[in-house]
Amino acid sequence: MSPPPIIIIGNGIAGTTLARQLRKRSQQPILIISKESDYFFSRTALMYVYMGHLSWDQLEPYEQGFWKKNKIDLLRAEITSIQQNEKTIVLSNGERLAYDRLVLATGSTPNRFGWKGQELKGVQGLYTKQDLEQLEAMTPRIKRAVIVGGGLIGIELAEMLHSRGIEVTFLVREKNFWNTVISATEGSMIEQHIVEHGINLKTSTSLVEICGDEEGNAVAVVTDKGEKIPCEFVGLTAGVRPNIDFLKGSDLNINRGILVDDFLQTNLTDVYAIGDCAELRQPKSNRRAIEAVWYVGRMMGETLALTLSGKKTAYQPSHWFNSAKFFDIEYQTYGVVAPEEHENEAHFTWQDPTKLRSVRFSYNPETERFLGINSFGIRLRHERFEKWLNDKANINTVIKQLKEANFDPEFYTHYEQNIQNAWQAQHNLINL
Amino acid sequence: MASTAQFNQSLGKNSGLVLGLLGLALLFFPFFNEEFSHSSLGLITSLSLITLGTLLYSDFLYRGQPAGVKNNGVWFDGLSSRGLLGWFVALALTGFYIALYFYPERLGYNAQGNTALVAFFDPLSKLLNGNAATQWFVYGTLYTLAILLFGVKFIYKYRHNRYQIIRTVSVMFFQLGFAFLIPELLSLFNPETPYFAKDLKNMWPLNYYFFESWHLKNMLNGGNLGRFMLFSGIAMIFIVSPVLTYLYGKRWYCSWVCGCGALAETAGDPFRQLSSKKISVWKFERWSIHAVLVFVFLTTIAVIWSFLSSNPNLSSFSRETFVIGVVAFLLLLMGLIYVYKRKDLDKDALYSFISIGLIIIGTLSIQAFSGEKHILFIKSYTLTKWYGFGIGAAFSGVLGVGFYPLLGSRVWCRFGCPMAAILGLQQRLLSRFRITTNGGQCISCGNCSAYCEMGIDVRAYAQKGQNIVRSSCVGCGICSAVCPRGVLKLENGSVNQRTNLPEFPLGNSL
Repeated sequence: MSPPPIIIIGNGIAGTTLARQLRKRSQQPILIISKESDYFFSRTALMYVYMGHLSWDQLEPYEQGFWKKNKIDLLRAEITSIQQNEKTIVLSNGERLAYDRLVLATGSTPNRFGWKGQELKGVQGLYTKQDLEQLEAMTPRIKRAVIVGGGLIGIELAEMLHSRGIEVTFLVREKNFWNTVISATEGSMIEQHIVEHGINLKTSTSLVEICGDEEGNAVAVVTDKGEKIPCEFVGLTAGVRPNIDFLKGSDLNINRGILVDDFLQTNLTDVYAIGDCAELRQPKSNRRAIEAVWYVGRMMGETLALTLSGKKTAYQPSHWFNSAKFFDIEYQTYGVVAPEEHENEAHFTWQDPTKLRSVRFSYNPETERFLGINSFGIRLRHERFEKWLNDKANINTVIKQLKEANFDPEFYTHYEQNIQNAWQAQHNLINL
Repeated sequence: MASTAQFNQSLGKNSGLVLGLLGLALLFFPFFNEEFSHSSLGLITSLSLITLGTLLYSDFLYRGQPAGVKNNGVWFDGLSSRGLLGWFVALALTGFYIALYFYPERLGYNAQGNTALVAFFDPLSKLLNGNAATQWFVYGTLYTLAILLFGVKFIYKYRHNRYQIIRTVSVMFFQLGFAFLIPELLSLFNPETPYFAKDLKNMWPLNYYFFESWHLKNMLNGGNLGRFMLFSGIAMIFIVSPVLTYLYGKRWYCSWVCGCGALAETAGDPFRQLSSKKISVWKFERWSIHAVLVFVFLTTIAVIWSFLSSNPNLSSFSRETFVIGVVAFLLLLMGLIYVYKRKDLDKDALYSFISIGLIIIGTLSIQAFSGEKHILFIKSYTLTKWYGFGIGAAFSGVLGVGFYPLLGSRVWCRFGCPMAAILGLQQRLLSRFRITTNGGQCISCGNCSAYCEMGIDVRAYAQKGQNIVRSSCVGCGICSAVCPRGVLKLENGSVNQRTNLPEFPLGNSL
C-alpha cells in the first residue's frame, strides 16, 4: 500500500502553488481536494468569462493532462471534518482519507452582515464558480441590479453586469470609493470614471433591507436615505472572510481565520493553513494577519512547499504589492501607502489634470525615506520598486529615477518629467 | 436615456453593415450582368459603399465608448466564437480563395478579354498599371482595401494604446505603398520590362519565386529597376533583416511591415482568440513550420542550381561554387550557433538547428544526384510547382486566410511561413527583443494567452515570473494591451539573461 498523501484542501492559487512547487522538490504523493471545481482556475478572472472575454477553459492555467503528468491527484469532494488523532479527514459521503500532512487552503467566502432579505432569490456574492453559474443563469431576467459594497469585487461586478446591458446602481457606504485603502482624491477619480461608464453610483449610502415578492425573489432595495430602488438582482460585495465554517467545533485554534505560526502550521501537528483562510498569529509590521489576495496565497504556497519538502522555512513576504483594475484604469501599488497622511507618513500626489492618471508617493517626513507608491493609469516595474524599498531609497532618488520604473508599452506618453516638476515646485527645490 | 443611446448606436452600426454588404453584393452583379461588369461607376459605387459602410460601422461600434479594452461578448458572438456565422464566413472566404488560385476563369479572368468580376476591375487596373486586370489585381485591391478599412477599425478599437496605433499605421502604409501602389505604378512607367516582383518588402522566402529561373531572368532583363530589385532583394535577406531582427525582434517584419501580418492584424483581429494554445499544437507547429522551411530552402537551392546549369553565361559563378558557398555558409551558421548559443537551444531553436543540417544534406544531394533538368530525379519545374501549389496557394491562402474564423488569424504565419521560421530562430537566439514579465504581478487570468494570435501560452511564462522569448512571437503587443494588471511589456534590451527563470516570482523573501 502506498503511503498516505499530503492532502491539500482547496485547489485555488495557494493550494495549487503548493502542489506544483512541492512536486518540483519531492516525490511524495499529493492529493488536492476541491468542492468547487475539477481543475484549478484563475478566480480573479471569473469576471472575464461573464463578460465574454474568455471561455471557461481559458481560465484554467494548466491543461488537464498536466496533473496526471506531474502525479498530482485531484478529487472533487467536500470534507466535513478532520480526525486529527487518526490523521484522517472525513468526506461528506462518509469516506475517510488518511493523510501524511494536511494543508487547509479553503479560501474565503463573501461577508453577509445579516441584512433583512439577504436570503432572497437574486441576492448573491461573487466568489465561486457556482456563484458565476448562478449569476449567468439569472442574467436573462435581470434588467436592473444593485451592488452593495465599495471594494474591488463590487466594482468588478458593476462592470460585469453593465457589460451585459444591465442598469447598475452601486451603493458605497463610505464617503469615497475604497477609502480604507486609497485616498479621497484617488477615490474621486475612480468615482468619476465609474459614473462615466454609466453606473449609477451612490456614495455615503448604505443598504437597509432587501424587499422580496411573495415568491421569494428580490424586487428592490431600501437605502438609509429612505430611497427604494427596484431591481431583480442584488450583489453583496462587502468584503470576504475566511471560509472555515466547516471547521467550527474542531480542535483547530480559530480566530477570524485558522491561526498559524510563522511556518504556517496550525496548533495541530502536521496540519497547516495557507492563503485567504490562514490568520497569522504574528504578522510582520505593516502587514495584516489575514491578507486575502492572490499574491499572498501564492507566496504562502511557495513557502510551505519548501517546509514540506524538508527545508523548514518561515513565511517571509517581501514588500507589499498589489494590483487591480477599475473599468479601464489600472492600479498598482508597492510598499506602504496609507489612505491619508499621518505622523510617520507624508504623501506627494501628482495627478494628470486631463486624463485619469495619478501617482501618490509615501515617504517618511523626517528621514525622507521612500515608503511606497500608488499608481493609477501608469504601469510600474515591480523589480525596480522592490529594489528601492530594499535599499531604503530616498524619496528624491525615487522621483529623480522614476523613468527607470516605467512599465507602460512603448510609445506611450511619459509623465516622469511632469511628476518631477510638480515635486520640485512643491518643495521649492532647484535640483533633485 | 441609456436606451436611446443604445438604439442610436445599433442603428448606426446596422446602417454601416447594410451599406457595406450592399457594396459587397455589387461585386457579385458582374457575374450576372455583362454590361454592368464594364461599368466604372459600378466599381466606384461598390468600393465606396464598402468603405463608407465599414467606417460607419466602426465609428458607431466605438463612438461614445470610453477608451479601453473592447472584448465584451467576444465569446458570445457567433462570428468570433466559431458559431454559425463564423463557419459561414470561413466557407465563403475559402470558396473565394479556391476560385482565385485554381479557377480564376470563374472570376472572369481571360487574357483575351476579361468578363465578370475581373472585368469589373479593368478600369482601375488600367489607371494604375496600364493593363487589363488579372485575378491578382482584383485580389490585391480588395486585400489592400480590407487592411485599410479594418486598420481604421483596429485603431479606433485600440485608440488608447499608442503602440497599436503606430504599428497599425505602419502596416497600412506598407500595404498601400509598397505592396500595392508602387508596384502598380512601376509597371505603368516601365511597360516594356518583363514581369518581376516589385514589392521591396516581400522578400524571399516569403516570396518563394524570387530565385526561380524565370524570375531571375526577368529581373536581369528588367533594366536598372530589375537589377535594383535583385540586389535590394538580396540585401534585404542578408543585411536589412538580420540587423532589424537583432535590434527589434521579428516584429519589425511580421507585425509592422508584412502583408500577411497586416491582414491578420486588421481584418483578422476579431479571430485572434481562436488560435489553439495546446502543447500538442505547439509540437505540431514545430514540425510543420520547419518542414516548410526545409522544403523552401531545398526548392530554392534546386532552382538556382538548375538556373546556373542552364544559364552559365548569366552568372559569374558556377553551380559548384554556389553549392559550396551555400554549404559553407550553413555550416558556419551551425557552428556559430553550436559554439555560442548551445545553451539557448530549446525545442523551437533545436528544430531550426536540425533543419539547417537537413538543408545541408539536401543541398549536397542535389549536387550529387541531379542533372540539368532533374533535381533529385524530379523535374525542377515540378518541384517549384508543388511548392507554389502546396505552400503558396493551399497553405497561405486557402487555409491561412479562409480559416481565419476557425483557427485564428495567423495559421499561415504560425504553421507555414518559412520567413517566420528564419526570423524566429534569430529572435530566439540573437535579438534584443523580449516580452518582460513584471515581477510577481501576474494573476494568471489568461487574457494574454487567449488573445495571442500565435497561440503562445503567454500566461505560462508570466505566472512564473519569466520573460517571454519565443521564436513564434510576432510582437503584436496585444498580450500587453489586454493584461489587466500591467504585467507584460514588449521591449528591446541586453541580449544576455533575457530568459532567466526565477525560482519563485518576485514578492517572497525566500
